[in-house]
Amino acid sequence: MLDLLWLIPALPILGFLILALAGSRLSRKVQSCVGVGSVGFAAVLSSAISISFIVFPPPHYQYDQTLWNWISIGNFSPTIGFHLDALSVCMILVVTVVGFLIHLYSVEYMADDEGFSRFFAYMNLFVASMLVLTLADNLLLLYLGWEGVGLCSFLLIGFWYKEPDNIKAATKAFVITRIGDTSMAIGLFLLFNELGTLQIQELSVRAAQQWVVGSTTPMIAAALLLGGALGKSAQLPLQTWLPDAMAGPTPVSALIHAATMVTAGVYLIARMNVLFTLAPMVQSAVAIIGLATLLLAGFSALAQNDIKRVLAYSTISQVGYMFLGLGVGAWSAAIFHFVTHACFKALLFLAAGSIILASGHEQNMFKLGGVRSKLPVTFWTFLIGASSLASIPLVTDGFYSKDMILWQVWSSPTGGFWLWLGGVFGALLTSLYAFRMVFTACFGPAKTQLKHRSSNIIHIPLIILAILSIVVGFVELPHNIGNFHLFSDFLNSALPSFQADKIDTNNELALEIIAGISCFLGILISYVFYFKRPEYPERFFGGCVSQKIHSLWQSGWGFDWIYDSVFVRPFVRITRLNRNDFIDSFYALVSFVTTSLHKGLSLTQTGRLRQYALGISIGAVLVLLILVWL
Amino acid sequence: MTLVYLIIIPLIAGIVSWVSARKNPVWPRWIALSALFAQMLIIISLWIGHSIELNSAHNGVWIASVDLTWIPQLGIGFRLAMDGLSLLMVALTSILGMAAVICSWTEIKDGVGFFHFNLMACLSGIVGVFLAMDLILFYFFWEVMLVPMYFLIGIWGHENRIYASIKFFIFTQAGGLLMLMAILGLYFIHGSITGAYTFNYFELLETPLSAWSSMLLMLGFFAAFAVKIPVVPFHTWLPDAHTEAPTAGSVILAGLLLKTGAYGLIRFILPLFPSAAHTVAPVAMMLGVIGIIYGALLAFAQTDLKRLVAYSSVSHLGFVLLGVFAFNELALQGAVMQMICHGISTGALFIIVGALQERIGSRDLNRMGGLWASIPRISAVGLVFALASLGLPGLGNFVGEFLVLLGVYSVSPWMTVPAAMGLVLAVIYSLRIVGKAFYGCSDDRSRIQDLWPREALLMAGMILAILWLGLFPQAVLNTVEPALKAIQEKAGSMSYKSGQAAVYTDILSYFQTSQVVTETQRNGQNR
Repeated sequence: MLDLLWLIPALPILGFLILALAGSRLSRKVQSCVGVGSVGFAAVLSSAISISFIVFPPPHYQYDQTLWNWISIGNFSPTIGFHLDALSVCMILVVTVVGFLIHLYSVEYMADDEGFSRFFAYMNLFVASMLVLTLADNLLLLYLGWEGVGLCSFLLIGFWYKEPDNIKAATKAFVITRIGDTSMAIGLFLLFNELGTLQIQELSVRAAQQWVVGSTTPMIAAALLLGGALGKSAQLPLQTWLPDAMAGPTPVSALIHAATMVTAGVYLIARMNVLFTLAPMVQSAVAIIGLATLLLAGFSALAQNDIKRVLAYSTISQVGYMFLGLGVGAWSAAIFHFVTHACFKALLFLAAGSIILASGHEQNMFKLGGVRSKLPVTFWTFLIGASSLASIPLVTDGFYSKDMILWQVWSSPTGGFWLWLGGVFGALLTSLYAFRMVFTACFGPAKTQLKHRSSNIIHIPLIILAILSIVVGFVELPHNIGNFHLFSDFLNSALPSFQADKIDTNNELALEIIAGISCFLGILISYVFYFKRPEYPERFFGGCVSQKIHSLWQSGWGFDWIYDSVFVRPFVRITRLNRNDFIDSFYALVSFVTTSLHKGLSLTQTGRLRQYALGISIGAVLVLLILVWL
Repeated sequence: MTLVYLIIIPLIAGIVSWVSARKNPVWPRWIALSALFAQMLIIISLWIGHSIELNSAHNGVWIASVDLTWIPQLGIGFRLAMDGLSLLMVALTSILGMAAVICSWTEIKDGVGFFHFNLMACLSGIVGVFLAMDLILFYFFWEVMLVPMYFLIGIWGHENRIYASIKFFIFTQAGGLLMLMAILGLYFIHGSITGAYTFNYFELLETPLSAWSSMLLMLGFFAAFAVKIPVVPFHTWLPDAHTEAPTAGSVILAGLLLKTGAYGLIRFILPLFPSAAHTVAPVAMMLGVIGIIYGALLAFAQTDLKRLVAYSSVSHLGFVLLGVFAFNELALQGAVMQMICHGISTGALFIIVGALQERIGSRDLNRMGGLWASIPRISAVGLVFALASLGLPGLGNFVGEFLVLLGVYSVSPWMTVPAAMGLVLAVIYSLRIVGKAFYGCSDDRSRIQDLWPREALLMAGMILAILWLGLFPQAVLNTVEPALKAIQEKAGSMSYKSGQAAVYTDILSYFQTSQVVTETQRNGQNR
């Protein structure tokens, strides 16, 4: 079974090739069959492979498959080869299953679009690249997948290419992530030159042998890789591209900018956990960046009006939780949150997409409303997604994963009270903006007419994802509730287990209660402000200062403005100034001098004998004078 | 004699097509195309024969050679030889030659015969440059490729063609003259020391040179190659020539003429003047980095699409210069890879620009936009090659750039970091092409013709080539490996300091290591 591993990325590639080469000649039906089917088969295959991996585990819980040697020069010999372990099993399952549901949903969502086959071609290419990224057994192949998903992100953000704003957003996403990628590439150069390999397993072994914890080289290497992770996962300071990326079709936002691609940075750090453990300072930086990002993005999410931008900031914020977890060594917890987040965030985006579709592309949630009565399936699934995002205790999967992160942040030797407190405050913000969204968009009278009746093709993925958003949480239960650790036990064959320095069950219960309270407090506040008394926000925050703060949050803390005035505009201005290449003016000067000399001298060629005679005599006199005096 | 055929076939085909044009203006195209195809077949048979030979026994780096007497009194011979490096370069010449013929099928309407004569003469000069192993012969071919190109630009070029062609000619000629002086200098020094006056490359390799004369002669060669590559600040002829040339001219210029300069660096400067090359290496690498960044900045600022692509060549060739002067296997292999892939990707981009100009009558980016809706195939192909040019993994250029940077990192991390910034800048200018030309809204462009079948076939071939180079580069790397190893043995290698120190290696430390380098070289010679 496991030797079919290569087929998992190959199927979507095949789908891409068929759609790219012959897409326009196929009927819609065939196009959607190819586009959805390729990912569907990949999902079936990866489920089968995962089951076989769990039931008949290969030796050391690792399976390697080399397809061919990519490059081989001296000892630089990266292969096109895949590595399957518990971590990549989780990743491919999420990518293919959630990917398949989103593809299915897109058949209806994109039904009227003229670029139907182009859309599925790009989506298939994305799934393939994401699978290559997660399965790669060496960093160069991982980098190929890494850039591939970035490319697909660019293509899909700019999918509706006729709008200049979409092109701008797409370019921004690609350029900003490329800045991170370049830092990562330099990290690869460093790792190869120091350790002589890019094979991830071998690299981890050699790094642990060769480097002392806390020495300079692993710190630099880890920091460089972190740069790549920050760009891809939209963490501070490279987070600005993600809110704009919402310009793409909603299924794209669900798949790429929520469920899978933006968590590539989380995957990278988890994959290179040995390196990050060797660089404790960088690892702490991961935690601090995660915390800062989750708070800043949480505040920004509170101030958005566009429903997709709320979800975008909430994605940044939730990925911030994963970074926080990674930063304190809560490897499995971070990956667990990745899995649950993929389910509920994809659900939220798809449900939001269903609302957007029904309302005729109205994304401002203050102009929506009435979803509860008009679109019941969408409403209930949206509510489940939002509850899971707000992590309502016991019944949602978001609770279990977020609680696991918070608990491990509390009890980790590198974590502690302050990081935990920040995380809990973030949870308050989360439930606040999640239910602000629910109350404004779904309740009350319909301010925009909801016309499109969503069909089953839209409902099925929503319902499946809603079920997943509840049940996935039960694979890992805290010590005091159930004490069930299926997920982390499974992952421990690939990732180091969590090392707590204080295990205290009483404490854990207290912490869970505090987290629960913060969640309900958030719901309560949003209930009062956005449902019971809609005039309150205006009354309390109508002042000048609050207005300023509001617009600061709404603009994402002004990062765009800063980058624009510090980098973008000076860059454009300087390059414009030098459009004609100042170096060329030197050569122009040379040619000008030569031509002037030529013209000047040809002036003397008048054809008049008198002037020539005069010239000769003056010359002769001058020569004589020089001869006499020197 | 096969090597002679490689040079003669295009030349004869050129003459025949010139004559045949009077009968029928389509004949020259077919004659040229079939001649290049025949040339390609010869190259493939050489390649296959060679790789079998490689597997059976390692008998030297030379695949084929020819040595005929020409002017024995002066020690000038008609010496040709081919190793893996020349093989790949000649193959590239043949491929891009065919591309040039195909892309001018509808563009060139006047003087078809003379056009093809010039094109083929230029190609045969280029093949000669890649094969010549006698310095006078090399110089001869160097000039042979220059003159037809001058005509191609001057006669079939665009608005400002006369200015561009003269600028091109003067720049190249000035560099070439300095090289001629250096060749003569080498000849006399070699003659006076050994008593044998010869231009034979293989004999001149053994010339004992003092540090000073080695440096002067090296600079003479470097001048010619630096203009051709082009190295900033000698690059200003390039945007003008590329922009004003007809499409075929741009393809040949960017794809092949620039490569002759890079080839010259590897073939002549490294093995003939190793110590001088090591001395200037930091400066040369610095120039490479400056080229990468400066070219990219200028590319971004252009509004003329063809000029944009031209400046991107300056940036890409900076990687080649950087890689050659890193003196290690990874970087050298990367440089060769970059030469080949740049030839294909930039050649294809120029063909796209030419096709667009033929269809919408403009190269101005501000007047384009929304092309995807009306001509999706051209746009998709343009996207693929824009991606190749920004170094997307999976396409050939990535392999070249990555290997160069990886190799350079081992000798100087501080060169790698700014050079890697070129990757970001490449995204900025490449996406500008996509965003401005293909994306956006179009007014009324419904009547534009998408790719002709002939063009579609050509583009499909080039896409396959760039994918093959990106995913299966090993065939190319294996072919060129023995040749580069032999050259590197002559040139020595930059010392690599392992461990912590490597991270902090500074530019200055090159000057300290130059002593170590000469030592390694001496060891190399003893062997």
